Order: sequence, then C-alpha cells, then structure tokens
Amino acid sequence: MVDFEVVTLPDTDHVDVGDVAPDFTRPLVGAEYWEDRALDDVVDGPTLLLFHPMDGAFQATYLYKEIDARGWVRDVDVLGVSISTPYEHRSLLAERGAGVRVFSDPSADLIREYGVAHDIDGMAGITEARPAVFLLDADRRVRYAWVASEHPASPDYDAVDAAIDRLVD
Amino acid sequence: MTEPSITLYRLQACPYCERVVRALDRLDLAYRSRYVEPMHSERNVVKRVSGARSVPALVDRGTGVTMSESANIVDYLERTYGDASGPGTAGAA
Repeated sequence: MVDFEVVTLPDTDHVDVGDVAPDFTRPLVGAEYWEDRALDDVVDGPTLLLFHPMDGAFQATYLYKEIDARGWVRDVDVLGVSISTPYEHRSLLAERGAGVRVFSDPSADLIREYGVAHDIDGMAGITEARPAVFLLDADRRVRYAWVASEHPASPDYDAVDAAIDRLVD
Repeated sequence: MTEPSITLYRLQACPYCERVVRALDRLDLAYRSRYVEPMHSERNVVKRVSGARSVPALVDRGTGVTMSESANIVDYLERTYGDASGPGTAGAA
C-alpha cells in the first residue's frame, strides 16, 4: 500500500439519519433537458441523493462508474448534486450515469445547507461538495447517511448497496 | 405545488425564446422552462413533442396545443389568453 497524505476535513453538522432531507429547488439535468425542480417534487420513492466533487474530477468520474456498475438506477431513483453547471452535467451524462439526473448548485448554497461543503485548497473562491451519500425514503426521511471526513475519500459502496437492499426489500 | 400547464422548450439566450417569454410574462401566465442543448442534433425531446427540433416550442396541456415558431406561439398566446379572448369579453372596454 502506498503511503500518502490524507487531509482530515473539518467536522461538520451535516444532515443525518432520521432527518427529513431539506427541500430545495435547483436545475435538475436529465438526458434531454434541464428544468427547475424541487426535491420534494422529485422524491416519490426510495431515492439516492449523491453529493460529489465537480464534474470532471476523478472522484466524480469514479462515482458514476460505480453507479453504473452496481445498477442502482434499477432499484432507486439516483440524483447527483455538484457545483457544475447544467452544460457540464450534460457532458457527464453523455458518457455515463444512464438514468441518473443531476442537480446543479454552482453557489454551493444547498451544499452548505446539507453540511457537506468543502473549500478546495488552491482554487480560490470555489466551495464545492464533499462526497456524501443520503438514502431517502418516499417521505424524504434519511435512512442512510455518509459524509466524507477526509480528502480524498470515497463512499463505502458495499454499505450503500446494503442500505438500498434494506430499504427496497 | 401545482404544475403550470404550459411548458416552454427553450435555449439559453435565444432571442426567439425570449420573445415568447415576454409574451408569457405580459399575459401573466405560469410556465415551466425546459432548457435544451445548443446542438440541434441533440434536441430529440423537442422533435418528439413538436415534430421539429427548433426552439422555442410550446406545449399547452390546458388546450392540448403544441407549436413551434415564436411568432405563431405569441399569436396563439394572445388569442387564447389575451384580454379579448374570454367568452363575452370581445369588444368590451
């Protein structure tokens, strides 16, 4: 195992298991168009809400590869969130993430509201999302939550799989 | 949240789309904006709903009307929702 430096991120008071995921409205980008949608309006069953670093960063690319490989869209609605613009989300979805829709939050306001913000070192003025996973039931109640506490970090995909199985079975 | 019955397929900063938006605003009509790709070839959703890939395209679920071409759309909106459109209002002051 290569020894490398992992940065510990500041503690955060993030949305957690048992909370109702805060509602918000942002452009939601799908395969063919984007439009303003409220989370409350979109969630009508088990939903995986995935915050991720900006589109193009390797952590985002790996996340979407994993979404595809595990076939999560067959079991739950999968919604991404990043600071990238709708145009960047369209490019992302042209490559991978079939069936996934992605919210665009360039101001990072909702990312901050969820307690998953990350001020990136060396990119002045850019606050983006830490990797974070919230599995919601049809009432937007959080049934599984994970928020990165180190940088870089990836979700425990097997744990997300297990949480989805528990919720949809 | 009640869904507006009018959906406008539009392209960011397209003057013909803005012309329709001005008419919608002037008539105080609620509408949902669906932004599509600048690349003409990637606008299959617009082709599916309106038969052509051009924007603006407007879908009015209230009347079952779908149309393209901004001048036609503005005419339609004014005829359908303008002051003179309601029953019994024709010729009213």
